[in-house]
Order: sequence, then C-alpha cells, then structure tokens
Amino acid sequence: MTVNPTPASATPEGGHLLELRDLHVEFRTNEGVARVINGVSYHLDAGETLAVLGESGSGKSVTAQAIMGILDTPPAFVRSGQILYRGEDLLTRSEEQRRQVRGKEIAMIFQDALSALNPVFPVGWQIGETLRQRAGMSRADARRRAVELMDLVKIPGAAKRIGDYPHQFSGGMRQRVMIAMALALDPKVLIADEPTTALDVTVQAQIMDLLADLRRELNMAMILITHDLGVVAGVADRIAVMYAGRIVEHADVRSLYKAPAHPYTKGLLESIPRLDVRGQELSTIKGLPPNLMRIPSGCPFHPRCPYVQQVCVDEVPHDLVLGDGRTSACHFAQEVRDDSVAR
Amino acid sequence: MFRYILRRLLQMVLAFFGTTLIVYALTFAGQGDPIQALAGERPVTPAQRAYLTEKYNLDQTGVGGFFYRYFDYVKDLLQGNLGESLTGRSIGDILQQAWPVTVRLALIALAVAIIFGVTAGVLAGIRRASIFDNSTLVLTLLVLGIPTIVLAPLAQYFLGVKWQLFPPTAGSDPTFYALLLPGIVLGSLSLATALRLTRASVAENLRADYVRTARSKGLVKRRIVVVHVLRNSLIPVVTFLGVELGNLMSGAIITEGVFNIPGVGFNLFRGIRTEDGPLVVGIVSVLVVVYLVSNLVVDVLYAVLDPRIRYE
Repeated sequence: MTVNPTPASATPEGGHLLELRDLHVEFRTNEGVARVINGVSYHLDAGETLAVLGESGSGKSVTAQAIMGILDTPPAFVRSGQILYRGEDLLTRSEEQRRQVRGKEIAMIFQDALSALNPVFPVGWQIGETLRQRAGMSRADARRRAVELMDLVKIPGAAKRIGDYPHQFSGGMRQRVMIAMALALDPKVLIADEPTTALDVTVQAQIMDLLADLRRELNMAMILITHDLGVVAGVADRIAVMYAGRIVEHADVRSLYKAPAHPYTKGLLESIPRLDVRGQELSTIKGLPPNLMRIPSGCPFHPRCPYVQQVCVDEVPHDLVLGDGRTSACHFAQEVRDDSVAR
Repeated sequence: MFRYILRRLLQMVLAFFGTTLIVYALTFAGQGDPIQALAGERPVTPAQRAYLTEKYNLDQTGVGGFFYRYFDYVKDLLQGNLGESLTGRSIGDILQQAWPVTVRLALIALAVAIIFGVTAGVLAGIRRASIFDNSTLVLTLLVLGIPTIVLAPLAQYFLGVKWQLFPPTAGSDPTFYALLLPGIVLGSLSLATALRLTRASVAENLRADYVRTARSKGLVKRRIVVVHVLRNSLIPVVTFLGVELGNLMSGAIITEGVFNIPGVGFNLFRGIRTEDGPLVVGIVSVLVVVYLVSNLVVDVLYAVLDPRIRYE
C-alpha cells in the first residue's frame, strides 16, 4: 500500500495491525435482504493468531472476504463500518488501491484447494503468476522462487512437481500449494478460511502445524476461520465466536475453554465428544441457525438458548466486558461463566 | 495418449466397415431389379442385361451375393477407387471437384461462428442480464428456431434478389464473395449454438472458486477474465466447434441446394434423388472417414486443453 509512509513492520501508535469496526454486510437477493454481518468488530495485532469460530452461515467467511475486498457485489454490499489496516480504512480506498493490498499485505487461503486452484494451469505457473504480475519478476526468477516456496511448505520433490496440475496432488499437498501461493508476496496478515475442513484428520494436523510454524517463522498475523473447536486450541491466541453475523464472545483461548461466558460457546464446547464422559448422550445445541432474512428479535440466539428470559426477546445484548479483554454479548454472561466454572 | 489414439484408430476401422455396410445394404437391398432401375423407363436388351449382370456380379443372388458385391466394393474402396456413378463419371473425380467448394463454405461458416458467436458469447457471459445479454438470447433463439430450409431461401430472396447485396446463386467454380452469403446462412446455426455455449460457460466459470483465488492474489480484472476464465470456458466451445467443423465438411445439402453450390451435399442430394446407388455409397463412405477423423482430432484437442482428461 503506497499510501502508507510508515515502515513495513510498524503499526501506528496505539493502533492494531488490522481492526474491524462495526462492520455490516448484507446480501440483496430476489427473495429479500439477508443481513449476513451485523456489526462485527475485532482486531488483530502483528504476530498473533485470532481464531474466528462459528457454524456455517454465521458470517465468518463473509467477514474475511470483506477484509480482502473479494465479495461478489452484487449480491453482497458492505453497508457500514470500517476495516482499518495500519490505521487506514480500506473501505474508503479505490478498487486499485485495494487490489494492491491483496496478496501483498493481506493474503488468503481457502477451504477446498481443488476448486480454489485453476484446474488448467500447472501449480508452479499459478504460484509464479503472483510473482510475475505483482512483483514484476521474470519468468525464470518466478519459477525459481515458486520452487523455494513449495520447499517452504514442505512439498516433497518441489522442483519436479512444479509442472504438475492441481488434480495430480493429494488434498493435503494441494492445500500446501495454496499456502505457498498465499505466501508468495510475504503478506503481513494471512487469512485461513477453514483450511483443513476438506482434509482427513491426520492431514488436518499436519496442515495446522505447518501454518503455525510458518506464522512464527515469517512473523505474520493470522486469522484462522473454523467451525472446529479442536483445531483452534493449539494454534490460536484469541478466539472470536460468531453467531448470526455478530461476535457473541471474545476471549483468549485459555479462559474461553476454561469458562465460556456465552451460552452458545458453552453449547459448542459441550457438544464435543469427550473420552472421560462415556455412556452419556452427546449434548447438542437444539434448533437451527437463524434465517438471516428474519433474524430473531433481541438476542438472535434466544430461541435456542437454555438461559432465555423475557429480556433476551426484547433487548439486543451489548458486549459485556468481563476483564482480561473478555467480552460476551449475553444478558447473563456472568451467570453463564460462573456455571461453567462450577461444572 | 499414443495407445489411446491407436485404440481409437482401430475403433475407426470397425466403425468404417459398419457404416459402409449399412449404407450399402440400405441403398441396394431395396431395389427390385437394379438393371431396370439403371435403365429407367427404357427397355433392356438381353445382351445388355447379360453384360451388366456380369459387370456388377448380379448373377450371385441372396445374402451371399450381397456380401460378395459388398466386399468387391470395399476392395476397390481400399485401393482408393470409389467406382463410377451410374452416369459413368468417376466418383473420385466428382468428389475432387466438389470437396474444395464445400471446404471453403465450411471454413466461412466456421469463421462466422467463431468471430461473432464466441465473441458475443464471452461478452454476454460477462454482462449477464444486461441488454446485450438479453438481445443475444432472443436473436439466437430466433435463429435456432428457424430451419435452414426457411432461412436460406429468405436470405437468398432479400439479400440476393431484392437488395442485391450478394450474388443469389453460386454456380460452378464459385468465388469467395459468392460463397459468403451461403456461408453466413450455414454458419448462423453454429453461431447461435456457439454463443449460447460460450455464454453459459463463461458465466459459470466467473463464479468458480479459482476466480475468487485469482482476485485474492491481487490480479487485475482483465487478466482474471482473459487468462483464467477464458481458458476454462473455451474447453467445451472448442470441442463443439471441432465436431461442427466435421459436420460442415460433410456438406450442407439444403444450403448448397438453395444457393446452387456444386459441393458435396449438392452431389449427395442429386445421387439420392436419381437413385444413383454407387454415388451415394461412395460419398457417404468418404464422409464417414472425414467425420471419424475430425472426431478423433477433437478428442485429442480436448485432452490438450484440459489436463484433467487423461486418456489411458
């Protein structure tokens, strides 16, 4: 981003590397307007990992695409809010300035690497394309660098596999190619959108380890989007839990796992199968995620919430600050947390 | 890939014998007295009858006789001898004159389909639901809905006779200009199909996940469309155009008939109308080969364009 005079590694005084303020995104379709993001605020500092957790349709991927500026408009429209990168609002920038940020400052990897890679070009070509188009590298240099990047993400025999096509790789290797491509321009922020969902369990762990290692080595900040609580625990510093386009709980990983302060988070944690509690039926969160065209009044979680009271139907809960930077958007956040501790 | 082509060539041999056998059977099996059919209304003297029976091996009757004549025919065919038509002209000579005309007509038609059909299809696919998209939809449906037997005389009457923009008929040894109008008429059907196909393919590929990836790489929009989307979108279009070229090469009976173009379709139609069995079988045999070869080329091309296709 040429508009930023500060050196690459610096963050403006007191500010965050990336900060979302009250972001609203809606999808305008023929059937009506779906309010997909309803006031999301979160931040990311240099070198840390933020996990964004939520069910399908909770808006976590849409938020990421809004940061990247790759939402399909129409139907998606950013209605209001700010996306501050190094203190500057990306939403006020021109399309050309935003394009410059993509890949170079903020890069993204996607869930299904098979469909996310172009099927008719060799992987080396696709990695090199970023370098040729964005960094002005020659064909030969881009090719050499592509091999280095494939080595970096630990693809065996990188130099030999550079001419292979995406379908010739296994799922895990394909995701590594995706990662290598995202790292090509040394981004400061990496957004990983469910990077392991399409993979089987052993490969999931390998990819998560790789991402954690790379994040540390390259000193990037990472936003890890997932619906899998198990994936988060070992990697993330903080967790933001999303529900119906809002952040309902936000805490550091330890305290959140120890004592969730939102009934939704609590429900998620309780629905993980545990080895020490055998023979009991697995607890689930009853009901279905809300229809985003008709979000329930008050707290959007109230139809599914075991703590529900009249106030939940009438009033939208504000973020309740619980200390240590924890917040919970629940009228009964204290009670929920105390319950969780007592358990 | 080599083994695939080899296997396809072997299949082509089977297909060739199968189709020629069927056409041969359909053309000759139905005739009551082939010698009388040859002579038409005129009486046949016993001497002539004996000569023709000898010449065409008609003394052998039944299924055995049919196969005897068929293999006799194929033997000549494999030596490059297509035989003579009932009018006594060498079928090889007829095709030698007719084919260049048909090939020129086919290339004009294909060029029309590519230049207008594919280009308009790409634009319509990018600007979905725009005025351009909707008007091409109406126009192509109109073209697809009108049969050539109506479209060709209409074009001939208005553009050729009434407004005199083009020569209304081509005649023997036609110029490029004389073939232009028939070429456009012939190509309009391929054009419409190519346009619909390209439009659907581009629209689908624009929504593909790899486009989102390309955008997240910070590529400029033009490059995303021209390099990523187009390369993927044109795979089905190229396949269609390849098959279409095979179709066009085998002649256009109606268009060549209406515009009086002495091409392959014109001659084939004349052969059918005058019950000229040898001519029909000869032309169809060569058409079968053209069609089989063009299909093989398309399949190989498909593998070249789409690396996911591996022929084992």
